[in-house]
Amino acid sequence: MFKTLSIAAVAALTLSAGGALAAGSEGHTHDVDFSFEGPFGTFDQNQLQRGLQIYTEVCSACHGLRYVPIRTLGDHGGPQLPEDQVRAYAEQNFEVFDAELDDTRPARPTDNFPMSGLDNAPDLSLMAKGRAGFHGPYGSGMNQLFKGMGGPEYIVSILAGYTGEEKEEAGVTLYENTTFPGGWIAMAPPLFGEDVEFADGHSNELHHEAEDVAAFLMWTAEPKLMARKHAGLAGVIFLSVLSVLLYLTNKRIWAPIKGKKTS
Amino acid sequence: MSGIPHDHYEPKTGAEKWLHSRLPIVGLLYDTLMIPTPKNLNWMWIWGIVLTFCLALQIVTGIVLAMHYTPHVDLAFASIEHIMRNVNGGHFIRYLHMNGASLFFFAVYLHLFRGLYYGSYKAPREITWIVGMLIYLCMMGTAFMGYVLPWGQMSFWGATVITGLFGAIPFIGESIQTWLLGGPAVDNATLNRFFSLHYLLPFVIAALVAIHIWAFHTTGNNNPTGVDVRKTSKAEAEKDTVPFWPYFVIKDVFALAVILVVFFAIVGFMPNYLGHPDNYIEANALVTPAHIVPEWYFLPFYAILRAFTPDVWVVMLASWITGGIISAKFFGVLAMFGAIAVMALVPWLDTSSVRSGRYRPMFKWWFGLLCIDFIVLMWCGAMPAEEPYSTISLIASAYWFAYFLVILPLLGVFEKPEATPETIEADFNAHYPKAETPAE
Repeated sequence: MFKTLSIAAVAALTLSAGGALAAGSEGHTHDVDFSFEGPFGTFDQNQLQRGLQIYTEVCSACHGLRYVPIRTLGDHGGPQLPEDQVRAYAEQNFEVFDAELDDTRPARPTDNFPMSGLDNAPDLSLMAKGRAGFHGPYGSGMNQLFKGMGGPEYIVSILAGYTGEEKEEAGVTLYENTTFPGGWIAMAPPLFGEDVEFADGHSNELHHEAEDVAAFLMWTAEPKLMARKHAGLAGVIFLSVLSVLLYLTNKRIWAPIKGKKTS
Repeated sequence: MSGIPHDHYEPKTGAEKWLHSRLPIVGLLYDTLMIPTPKNLNWMWIWGIVLTFCLALQIVTGIVLAMHYTPHVDLAFASIEHIMRNVNGGHFIRYLHMNGASLFFFAVYLHLFRGLYYGSYKAPREITWIVGMLIYLCMMGTAFMGYVLPWGQMSFWGATVITGLFGAIPFIGESIQTWLLGGPAVDNATLNRFFSLHYLLPFVIAALVAIHIWAFHTTGNNNPTGVDVRKTSKAEAEKDTVPFWPYFVIKDVFALAVILVVFFAIVGFMPNYLGHPDNYIEANALVTPAHIVPEWYFLPFYAILRAFTPDVWVVMLASWITGGIISAKFFGVLAMFGAIAVMALVPWLDTSSVRSGRYRPMFKWWFGLLCIDFIVLMWCGAMPAEEPYSTISLIASAYWFAYFLVILPLLGVFEKPEATPETIEADFNAHYPKAETPAE
């Protein structure tokens, strides 16, 4: 009886976890196969660098990344820019206020990315994790479990989900978006395709740009993703071997009690 | 310390005797570890070790996290991101701690339902059961307060909703709520005291665990047959039992290792699956999330809390009798705590003379239904408070109370139990025909 109950309990855990995450999903989100999905998925360094470029040239006009230290652009498992490029990137793109100087100065790698420039533009550091709340039919959690759908898919769908319709409400222009809950979003369409030129000649169509920047934002939200999967895998392998050894030990010590032969 | 006759520690060398006559700590450890344990325990008896491991894991990872965490409303969220990004291995330690809470509750529910099925709560193990329920309550408090610490949206609104429950108590509720929060609303004072208590309670749990173990080491373990170990002589006791070390230590550690494979897979590959995405948005008192949902392990009781809406007849009746003192909200709070209280009282609600559910043909079905009921409640708790979920929650809540307050007391009277084995040895030998009883 307990076997079936345990299975049922696991099933309930899966279902309810999905339910807990099912909040506020009205719009349509489509699945994208990102390179970082699954137990062995890794970030595509080139994609992250392209995403960084889009963020810098487009998004950063309004949105900040306040929790992300600029130096981590050089970290393993991230965009992995060389040290001198990180330094140059910080200096050329951002000004920060230095309390000691009582003035602004060019950013250094040790600074964080600036905060959002616009009051109503949310910070993007954790957007890819904070917008993972849609989970397939009946909040079953299945989309996340089997398709790996989460915040990055939402970001792609938002960026590519504009219909071109606009309306004005209480003095604010709203733009129709098929993914945003409620259908109308205050953010003007940020990307149209061909917004940036990539040095590596990669396609700059709208959906490619959207995927690249979504991948980059997944990295800003979860910069240690690759290290985490690595540690998880090491743990799983080590504990599996330990389990086998303990299984054999257990079998052996119980054999005389159970009247079985020991080999 | 156990009532089962067995060998005790005998100090042999001079040094051992010297220590033993002053502090018999080696003897205590020896007797604890070598306690005679029914040899027919099945795989549902492994959760105790898993739970002990969880407590240790949460304390160790928690102490490290506390070194880097800042309990201040302006800094807490950022300090979590500091842990996730800048602290060496911080991201993994935090995910271990986050998911460790889930493993803790997963194990405690299986442990608890094991006890309910095999009648582990029945005499003489009532104290073990009650202490277990106290541990469970402390766990809930600890988990709830821990969830507030990251100061995300769900932290803040979860804290607002749950502390608001105390506000539903008639007359004194609001004062209690203000006292708990340290102010009129969830704010810095709340965060600080929750941090302090979140650090304290695990050590209270550790002390209760020691008492829990002490209590069942005094009575001896229950076992799947519910038949007592023979205690008339050591020779007879040895036919029913084996020492805890090495037989059950190795078995339990093997089970723990298998469970940890799954646990590490979750931590490594999908650490946020059981969490709520809104908690990656910093707390904002001006923006209410669309759905405020507790963590999965609170969902069954959350469903019971929400099930009793003002249009339910028992609620109306209670409100009418008390002249409106019992509001629907207060009724829900009473139901939620009552759902746990009836579990704590089960040693006196179950009237059957047979301990183990294995030999109770009718009980099995009702118990199976209770397990399904628990899962249905969990699912309802995650769903929005609207039809059909409200009706399902109400029916499921009703069954929860009916099981403990009506079915269990009546079953003992009406049910005709099957024959139980004479001894644990007989049960064990029926499984392993070639097993020999130890030489006498």
